[in-house]
Amino acid sequence: MDDELAISVRGLRKAYGDNVAVAGVDLDVHRGEVFALLGPNGAGKTTTVEILEGYRRRDAGEVSVLGSDPARPAADWRSRVGIVLQGTGEFDELTVAEVLRHFSGFYAAADDPDKVIERVGLAGKAKARTHTLSGGQKRRLDVALGIIGRPELLFLDEPTTGFDPEARREFWELIRDLAAAGTTIVLTTHYLDEAEALADRVGVISAGRLVEVAAPHRLGNRQEALATVSWRTPEGVVRTAESATPTALVAELAARFGGEVPGLTVARPTLEDVYLRMIGHA
Amino acid sequence: MTTTTKPATTSTGAAARRLGPVALGLRQGRLEITQFLRSRESVVFTMGFPVIMILIFASIFTDEIAPGVRYTQYFITGMIAAGLMTVSFQNLGIWIPIERDRGVLKRYRGTPMPKWVYFAGKVLMVVAIGVAETALLLAVSVALFDLDLPATTARWLTFGWVSVLGVTACTLCGIAISSLARTARSGSAVVTPVALVLQFISGVFFVFTELPGWMQQVAALFPLKWMCQGLRSVFLPEGFGGQEPAGSFELGRVALVLTAWCVIGLVLCLTTFRWTTKRDG
Repeated sequence: MDDELAISVRGLRKAYGDNVAVAGVDLDVHRGEVFALLGPNGAGKTTTVEILEGYRRRDAGEVSVLGSDPARPAADWRSRVGIVLQGTGEFDELTVAEVLRHFSGFYAAADDPDKVIERVGLAGKAKARTHTLSGGQKRRLDVALGIIGRPELLFLDEPTTGFDPEARREFWELIRDLAAAGTTIVLTTHYLDEAEALADRVGVISAGRLVEVAAPHRLGNRQEALATVSWRTPEGVVRTAESATPTALVAELAARFGGEVPGLTVARPTLEDVYLRMIGHA
Repeated sequence: MTTTTKPATTSTGAAARRLGPVALGLRQGRLEITQFLRSRESVVFTMGFPVIMILIFASIFTDEIAPGVRYTQYFITGMIAAGLMTVSFQNLGIWIPIERDRGVLKRYRGTPMPKWVYFAGKVLMVVAIGVAETALLLAVSVALFDLDLPATTARWLTFGWVSVLGVTACTLCGIAISSLARTARSGSAVVTPVALVLQFISGVFFVFTELPGWMQQVAALFPLKWMCQGLRSVFLPEGFGGQEPAGSFELGRVALVLTAWCVIGLVLCLTTFRWTTKRDG
């Protein structure tokens, strides 16, 4: 197994009865990388991630996570992996600080609970019972519990669902911060801008298959795609043209109009356009 | 959020901080007890119910069951046994499905915490609450109804081992039955009827020997009847044993049946316990 790989998956399959959730996925995640798994609900994202986290058994395929098979999770391996699940259990009657302090006791190399609370932006809520937290604050507690053990590899399953825009930006900063310190991060998300903002590489999963893996700006040959240039003619009609050389076209238009081109736009396919095409909804 | 950086991997020099098994178990026990005490419903229901029941029973049955033996002296044994079953069997059978449904168990499974620590925490909680609740029950009965406490060391010892074996069996069965509930809500639907029926047929609310023979036979298959019987040997006069179905308190058989239920419960726990809900696969 390649030492540079945090995760290596070959031919992963998982079915629930007749329903095939994961139909042969191959995937490598490098150490220190931020990898985003994008896909619609029911595409197999969570199943894939939960197999990697050691929660679910696979039907077939080879999986190595930090050099071990997650189907037999040892305590040492668990202490190197941080997990932020979708909406997991709250300890209603305990305070944020109590929960963090308790979980820090499970890890040999645990971080300082107060520092982690500060880091996820819950310092003002350290003494609050967890049932009094808002949805976004509960999610921050989830993240705090995910990183309290100072993991080498952090899984985040739809971490910012329910965040307001400002909280998402703050969360992104935290992820960049963790990544800068060398933590390998695997996140699933519905939000394309989140994948684009955070991920070194994006994997698009659809109907249990990994359709493509690429850097966000290269996904679906986005970079090489034709640009769409549109402008308004003097008669007020909107014209559009697809061009491999949009700069030349704009220069030509500028010459034709003798300066400003009315209603000029130049657009490349957005990540969303590419993504929707890939999962077959465009 | 602050933007301090930290090393992602620090496996060196930190091993010394890993907690030992005793510390892990005790911390978990403290956490469970804290959660229990802060949840007002469970305190009132679990601690208060047996006390309310003995108040009612002692007020209804004011005469004597045998010359010199008041009904209170008889029913206290049933209330202690039922109380112990409530803190162990019902408490766990209701709470574990809620924790499973909320994903608390899944969260624990994602940490390096050894699985047994979770159960150790529950056992410590059950023991602490069981002792407190029994003490409260005895104090109330002594103060209000002139209950005679066990007079000899031997009787206190019997009180001890019957309670420990009974609570162990009920705890294990409570953990085992928690896997039957599919959702948080169904926990109490599964557990409450079982507990209630057992209380009615095991001599908690009625004098056991006055129950129909077949009912006594059915009750004898389950632990509660034997807990009550063992406790009667502690609180009732020696001679009262002659009125038991077998003509004595049968302490040997009490130990045997309760131990058997400990084994059955343990096997069920080890083979059927689920850390995730069915929909979690």
